[in-house]
Amino acid sequence: MSKRKAIYASKLKRATHLLFYKRHRKPGVKGWELRKALGSDYPKVLKILDDYLKALDLQVKTVFEDEKTIEKPDLEQMDKARFYITLRGDLTPKETKMVGWRIDDLAGLATAISHISSKKGKATRKEVEELLRDKLPGWKVSLNIDRYIRYGYLTQDESGQLYLDWRTRAEVDQRALVDLLLKTET
Amino acid sequence: MQSKREREELGREKLASIIETCRAVEQRSLDPFLIDINGNINEIKEFFPEWTTPEDLCLDAETIHHLASVIKLQGEWVKHRSTTLYMDPFLLEEKLKQMPKEEIAETFAQAWHPLIEFEQISLHSLAEAIRYWKSLLPLNERWKEAPPFKVERSFASREELVQQKILRDEAFSEELENFWQILTRSIAEKGENGKIPYWDFVGAETYEETVQRAFMTSFLITYGYATLEIHPLEEEMFIKSNEKPETKVSKKQLVSIPIAVSMEDWSKWKKGTLK
Repeated sequence: MSKRKAIYASKLKRATHLLFYKRHRKPGVKGWELRKALGSDYPKVLKILDDYLKALDLQVKTVFEDEKTIEKPDLEQMDKARFYITLRGDLTPKETKMVGWRIDDLAGLATAISHISSKKGKATRKEVEELLRDKLPGWKVSLNIDRYIRYGYLTQDESGQLYLDWRTRAEVDQRALVDLLLKTET
Repeated sequence: MQSKREREELGREKLASIIETCRAVEQRSLDPFLIDINGNINEIKEFFPEWTTPEDLCLDAETIHHLASVIKLQGEWVKHRSTTLYMDPFLLEEKLKQMPKEEIAETFAQAWHPLIEFEQISLHSLAEAIRYWKSLLPLNERWKEAPPFKVERSFASREELVQQKILRDEAFSEELENFWQILTRSIAEKGENGKIPYWDFVGAETYEETVQRAFMTSFLITYGYATLEIHPLEEEMFIKSNEKPETKVSKKQLVSIPIAVSMEDWSKWKKGTLK
């Protein structure tokens, strides 16, 4: 193995450890942390890791600051971004049951996310609760919203407005979700 | 039949009204499609032969410019609605209401890519934990009751209270009177026309001392030992020392004036760059 290859193999291992193991309260690693641990060529290391993970149906997910979608990010934008390992494809209905979520809790989450998304990222808790009450028992609605907040899918401000939080940005393809919901034949 | 002058007047009014409507649209208070672009263009064309003065020609150009901005907004609106960025919340809500829970969850699963995160202990951290455990004292040793602290009762002297910062070494009014004397002396030495610039009086070697002086100065002004003179246009502030404390309530409306004594301003004052 050439020296260059050996260096990248070692960086790849280090990146895997950093990204897979939770180091802070929230999972994922900031770009500047990766630069510190892997060097300034960390975007290249991430690219190699992403290619490697393809076969395992996993991916390195980049979430830029302010939810921006950036085609060709510069190093500063990369440093401020957060990197996660997520599933590349999607879960089958059978697999969804194995993730540990009840089907109605997951449906409630989908409803809340898509509703907030369609309202340009902000909706009152009251209106989301009303929407969920249509299909979930009343006593469960508030508990579920609190759970979505606790897991980092939603966040709430002091005036009772709900917003999408970091986990939704990392895990959910909001555009695809709304498109799929609108396309369904009912 | 309208005279040329009346027609020009009418034309100007018409153009001004078009500009006004376009401005409202530009400021997003109106739907850009509310404006009839073709109708407005025809009107502009109709009045164009009347314009002879540069002012009227400028008004004509300005109207065209505002109409062009509205056309741009119309373009953006069409673009936004035609892209996937636009979604109708009402339509989505209706869809969600009609769909069974299972279908919503299945649809969500197609757009959901859950995070992968491991929480696993390593040999290294196990070894660390054992080392820590070995060095940890048993609870009964850590939580031993501290023996009651015996204190002898006696009277505290004034010096002791001053040392513990419970009392000040001089009464506040005394301190204020001394500070007033300092102000009077400073004005006599460095001031002009019986007043001294605020920062030249308050500013000191250290920032802490400056804040302390500003604090005392505020009391001098409040209790009538000094007067603050503000020149808003020149952005200048002066302090004047009163001969006697003015305790009478003035007929003028009393105002509170907040003065920020920031570290930044202090640094500028030290460098002599504070305006």
